[in-house]
Amino acid sequence: MTIAWRVATVADVVAETPRARTILLDVPGWPGHRAGQHVDVRLTAEDGYQAERSYSIASAPEDARVALTIERLDDGEVSPYLADALRAGDPLELRGPIGGYFVWDLAVGGPLLLVAGGSGIVPLMAMLRHRAAALRMAAAVGGPDGDARRRVPARLLYSARTWDDVIYRDELERLAAEDPTLEVVLTLTRETSAAWTGFRRRIDRMMLAEVAWPPAERPHVFVCGPTPLVEAVAAALVELGHEPARVKTERFGPTGEGR
Amino acid sequence: MQREADGTDALRLDGNAAAGILSEIFVPDLTTARATCAGCGATREMGALLVYAHGMGMVVRCPGCDAVVLVVARAGPRLWLDLTGARRIVVPAVPPA
Repeated sequence: MTIAWRVATVADVVAETPRARTILLDVPGWPGHRAGQHVDVRLTAEDGYQAERSYSIASAPEDARVALTIERLDDGEVSPYLADALRAGDPLELRGPIGGYFVWDLAVGGPLLLVAGGSGIVPLMAMLRHRAAALRMAAAVGGPDGDARRRVPARLLYSARTWDDVIYRDELERLAAEDPTLEVVLTLTRETSAAWTGFRRRIDRMMLAEVAWPPAERPHVFVCGPTPLVEAVAAALVELGHEPARVKTERFGPTGEGR
Repeated sequence: MQREADGTDALRLDGNAAAGILSEIFVPDLTTARATCAGCGATREMGALLVYAHGMGMVVRCPGCDAVVLVVARAGPRLWLDLTGARRIVVPAVPPA
């Protein structure tokens, strides 16, 4: 079925980092989504010229509004408008949710290994937000919350340039602090502060061997980021013995435009 | 590889990236459909294939043998679909309501 184009309304805009901001949308008739899915956004110029890009959904299915987090790319055709110009109350044309391949929900199970480069964190954040909301709900209805958590332990390995470029930093810290089965590991490839004592290099096989579960644990792996990072990580994971079919990837292309 | 030399490598994406335009043709989500490459016979979920995005559309290639599995392009008021490279596409059936 053709996925309908809809006109959403920007409800709010939240700065995340100096280069990224989140657009919260009210979408009439939104059918709901699964964590990891994306939308296509279409901009139409006054002369009728149209540009279309895909952006991952950042919000959990449980959240009230659909959230997109956009990183500004200076040579981008669409992202400067979304990252700088769009204001609360503005309309935005989109269709979605799209794509059932790069999705995770509690029913898929764990362990869950997420590997992000830059704004590749966005669809993985939707998975972590969904996981937290679904586990909270399981606890609220008196279910075996502890058992559920042990079944879906999660680890996020996230490569960003600097501490200030870490999107959702405070929320990730909070989620990890309140959940002993969630580990968040950052690597900051261009951080100059001596206060940072964590990883400072690009994600490589040694880092993955240290952070990832062993292949025998059969984690579900989702990798999202710029194409070179995604391809290097996926190849290293397969070399370490992870099944290729369990390593799902979402590339944005080297410019990072989109998603 | 030739592709890397001529720069189109820059546009390499995943099968997921073609889901929007394919939804204009197909009822089910094709990213979870299993496609068999006519070139090498390997079967994968479409989301695991490689997509090369061009101005007019998408070329979907087999990550195993690099053959073109599917082409979908926008040509004026029409969508152009070429499935020569797909020997078979198996779509999960929608359970009856």
